[in-house]
Amino acid sequence: MSTRTNAGGEKWELRLYTAGQTPKSLAAIKNLKKVCEEHLAGRYEIEIVDLLKNPRLAKDDQIVAIPTLVRKLPDPVRKIIGDLSDTERALVGLQLKQLS
Amino acid sequence: MGKPEPLPSPRAQLQRDTLPKTPTGISGLDEITLGGLPKGRPTLVCGAAGCGKTLFAMEFLLRGAEQFGEPGVFMAFEETEQDLSENVRSLGFDLDKMVADHKISVDHVRVERSEIEETGDYDLEGLFLRLGLAIDSVGAKRVVLDTLESLFGGFTNEALLRAELRRLFRWLKDKGVTAIITGERGEGQLTRQGLEEYVSDCVILLDHRVKEQVSTRRLRIVKYRGSTHGTNEYPFLIDEDGIHVLPLTSLHLDHPASSERISSGVPRLDAMLGGEGYYRGSSILVSGTAGTGKTSLSAHFADATCRRGERCLYLAFEESPAQLTRNMKSIGVDLAPWIEKGLLRLESSRPTLHGIEMHLASIHKRVNELKPQVVIIDPISNFSNAGTAAEAEAMLLRLIDFLKSRQITAMFVHLTAGGNAWEKTDVGVSSLTDTWILLRDIELAGERNRGIYVLKSRGMKNSNQIREFLITEHGIRLEDVYVGPEGVLTGSMRAAQEDREKAALQARAQELERKQRDLARRRTVLEAQIAALRAEFEAAEEESKTVAEQDRTREQQIAESRGAAALRRGADAPATKGKRK
Repeated sequence: MSTRTNAGGEKWELRLYTAGQTPKSLAAIKNLKKVCEEHLAGRYEIEIVDLLKNPRLAKDDQIVAIPTLVRKLPDPVRKIIGDLSDTERALVGLQLKQLS
Repeated sequence: MGKPEPLPSPRAQLQRDTLPKTPTGISGLDEITLGGLPKGRPTLVCGAAGCGKTLFAMEFLLRGAEQFGEPGVFMAFEETEQDLSENVRSLGFDLDKMVADHKISVDHVRVERSEIEETGDYDLEGLFLRLGLAIDSVGAKRVVLDTLESLFGGFTNEALLRAELRRLFRWLKDKGVTAIITGERGEGQLTRQGLEEYVSDCVILLDHRVKEQVSTRRLRIVKYRGSTHGTNEYPFLIDEDGIHVLPLTSLHLDHPASSERISSGVPRLDAMLGGEGYYRGSSILVSGTAGTGKTSLSAHFADATCRRGERCLYLAFEESPAQLTRNMKSIGVDLAPWIEKGLLRLESSRPTLHGIEMHLASIHKRVNELKPQVVIIDPISNFSNAGTAAEAEAMLLRLIDFLKSRQITAMFVHLTAGGNAWEKTDVGVSSLTDTWILLRDIELAGERNRGIYVLKSRGMKNSNQIREFLITEHGIRLEDVYVGPEGVLTGSMRAAQEDREKAALQARAQELERKQRDLARRRTVLEAQIAALRAEFEAAEEESKTVAEQDRTREQQIAESRGAAALRRGADAPATKGKRK
């Protein structure tokens, strides 16, 4: 089955970088799940990377700000920073919504 | 009454300046900062684009790792690892190898605003983590953040960014690393984003100015909390060995004075200089108009220096080394063997090629390399072309002080422009130098000859005479000049005068001889006269003696005959004279 047959059927691969269980990280996880459930129900995958456990990845993936959300798929790679509390900007950043 | 407070001793002053410092290894900088950058604290290095900030920071890191055994982290916000590696290779550092040896860790932080959407609250923990990891991976003691301000281009929330920077600097201090943070120069403040607000321990400003198409780099320590430091602008130079800062203005007039004398290379000039030549470590000014033999005199000095087995640095700003060697060989001074032996270094460059401070920097560097006993600069007048007269004078003052502090004898050749008063040097150095030798044209009877004077020579009895100075194929020869009622005579006039004097001398000798002969003759005549008179007198004396004898004989005869008559008359006693009247 091809994932690209229908516009809404694309497989989304998201990675969220956090540094420990900070309020910002927890808020970001909560907000991300909410956005995904609303817009990408059933076709998303979230990987949460705790940089305190894997600090090397910060350099390898060019992470500066925490939390950072990276849309690995679909192409192109997009980066969003912050706790995703601004849903509007989060959707624009993920290109789930065009700028009005 | 209590005891008087003891005056602070120099030692106490030293102790006061005990803020721990980290040497940078950058030539000259550690002298200005009296030991280096504040240890365990961040230092801000700022300046406009192309002023050498990145290189400064990189050299600090590389020298730290190589010379002081302090590994370092370079966090680059602008250049990639590969760019950096290529840039420092030109300075003779192998960054890749140092990274492989775990002496240096390089991390390129890419911040691209177009790729980033801000969706709420965040912090820069990622940066801290990366920095922390890099520091731990090599055990870094030194950290460079180049250029942190790029972050301001990547993020929109400035208030948050500033809070994070504040946290970063505190964190760096807690880590105990000596850090350099570079910043781009901004309008009305040192850095565009006002980083100096966060880094308050030490701020160094780099500057690159181009004036009249000549570029000069300068460095200034804007502030250094808890330490004394030089406050001037110091010129610096970037070349294949990295950065060289000139700590010259920090010098004082306390250089030692040697009483050792060294030959000028011209024996009769030595005789004019109290019989022994120049003082070691003194500065000598040789001035004169074009073609008076200044370079020849300098070459003699260079030759004499090398002959003693000492090293000489000869900076020629008008002739190439090959030309100079050829020309000097024609007057019997062969410099080539000294160059081969490494005792003499001839360097030529056009003074207008660099700014005046660049010259100073390069002279400084060459002196440090060669460690010469004698430095000759031929001519210094050209420095005025590279800057204003005031700048040229300031530069020479620094140069003289620098060379004196190293006990290097310095000879400055100064070309006096035609039409100027011949005792005037347009670079006002005459008062700065110890010995001033003036070479002058003496124009007389359609000839142009050279005269040499010792205008002044501190601390020695010097000749006040003018000597004529000949450049022969066996070198310089000094001749006495003829000074008479007609003034100073030189050249063929002097020769003619000498001939005239010789003739006059001869005439006088002949006259004397004639007079002596005359006297002898008169003596002979006189003696003859004396002899004749004496003979005459003797004859007269003889005659008078004879007469007296005859008289006495006659009287005797009379007395005898009178006595005989009285006897015959029978008189009883001869009559006494007194009673008979």
